[in-house]
Amino acid sequence: MRRRIPLIITFIIGVVLITGYFVTRGPFNTLYESFSDYFAIITVFAFILGGGSLLKIHLKRVSSRATDWPYSMVTLVAFLVTLVIGLFKVGNPGGMGGEILASGSWLRFMFDGVYNPLSATMFSLLAFFVASASYRAFRARTKEATILLSAALVILLGRTPVGAWLTAWMPESLAFLELPNLANWIMAWPNTAGQRAIMIGIALGVIATSLRIILGIERNYLGRGE
Amino acid sequence: MRIPDTILQIDRRIIFLLIGAAVCIPLLLKPRFQDSPTPIVQSIFDTVERLPAGSRVFLSFDYGPDTAPELDPMAKALVRHTMTRGHEVSFFTLFPEGVGQIKKITDNLLPVEFPDKAYGRDYVNLGYKAGLGGAINTMVVNFRTLVNADAEGTPLDDLPITADVDEMVDYVIILSLTAGDPGLKEWIQFAGDIAGIPVMGGGTAVVAPELYPYYPQQLVGLMGGLKGASEYESALVDRYPAYRNATMEATMRMGPQVVTHVLIVLLVLLGNLAYFLGRSGPGNRAGRTGQGNRAG
Repeated sequence: MRRRIPLIITFIIGVVLITGYFVTRGPFNTLYESFSDYFAIITVFAFILGGGSLLKIHLKRVSSRATDWPYSMVTLVAFLVTLVIGLFKVGNPGGMGGEILASGSWLRFMFDGVYNPLSATMFSLLAFFVASASYRAFRARTKEATILLSAALVILLGRTPVGAWLTAWMPESLAFLELPNLANWIMAWPNTAGQRAIMIGIALGVIATSLRIILGIERNYLGRGE
Repeated sequence: MRIPDTILQIDRRIIFLLIGAAVCIPLLLKPRFQDSPTPIVQSIFDTVERLPAGSRVFLSFDYGPDTAPELDPMAKALVRHTMTRGHEVSFFTLFPEGVGQIKKITDNLLPVEFPDKAYGRDYVNLGYKAGLGGAINTMVVNFRTLVNADAEGTPLDDLPITADVDEMVDYVIILSLTAGDPGLKEWIQFAGDIAGIPVMGGGTAVVAPELYPYYPQQLVGLMGGLKGASEYESALVDRYPAYRNATMEATMRMGPQVVTHVLIVLLVLLGNLAYFLGRSGPGNRAGRTGQGNRAG
């Protein structure tokens, strides 16, 4: 019964949502609108579930002194401090009725002074590792690798004014070979064709998986055990 | 050790130093690279430009601080353009961190550059809504169910700019600045295609290639990475020369990007040259075994 009831709920909601999308008359459109509203409410509770899960995992790691447990401690402290400051609007000039990120509030300070620079730093480090990895691993070993390498070099140069400057000497009849034009062509044609193929493949996979879930063939999402 | 081997085994800290220099030196010297907008960027500019003054524009900040260096310049250029044209802008975000990005605009840019524009009349912050793509679907199906107040809790009916907004289709265009999911793709799939609202915007250089398949039928235009932002800024300066002296962040940041791109190209070419020289040399194992190809 523990598995059958969720399967029935999934089937009913799946059929109603699919039908409601195509049939714009009652009762399907009314149900479709209602389920959309329920979705908006239910997703908010996912935050509580996520927070609880984060607490559970890291408390377990700290209590068992697992590898790198001090990092879990940092995560827990950061999570709880941010949560308390955000929920109770600590230091907010407008008090509990104030805007959540009001100027001068502690949460605004944490966002601007801690989260903002930390995020930017982590993302900026990518430039260094991308450069190092490109130098060491980007080799024209095979035909496919050579095509990939050539496309990457054209895009890298074509997306900067240097690309235009390097090929500005070309006659008008060969303008399509100028690096910015080549870069735009690669993005507009080969890239679009490849992306479309991937997207259509993914979409077909999603449709197939969704049908399997709605019809109760795919049951992994229910977890193990009866 | 032979020269190709030496080149292939350059200490990565030297590469890090070179990249650091490639970023810092142009930031100090501030070279300006003039850009011209490509059609895919120009179409966004033209759409915003052609809208009658007072049009309702929906601007979603679907990104956080990590991608702000690429997307903030787009946000500022779009806000400058829409405000100059006299449009009514509703700010929104599908990212929890996006709230802070909106605040940067409403607290820093708008009061300084557009002191005559008033909150609630010319622009409004609708804040963050949870639910990813599902939130967009809910807004299209029943806008007021999800968005019934601004970020500060003021009911939409009490704000002149939103008093008449009952449905998503009351907005004439949707602009999204995208760092990933949810973003432009979801706005196209759940709002643009379903409700028929023209969708356009910008994405990081990493995200942009995924969005090209939607252009031009489902996506009016796209700013890809810093280059796209720089193109929009140049279109703005061309049309409104008053912005010639304003700080155009993307145009400024193109300096480090140009030098870094050229440096990476040179490093890749150097690595390949050494690889082929090493492979062609007698008795050298580096080329055949792939020595010196550790990533990172």
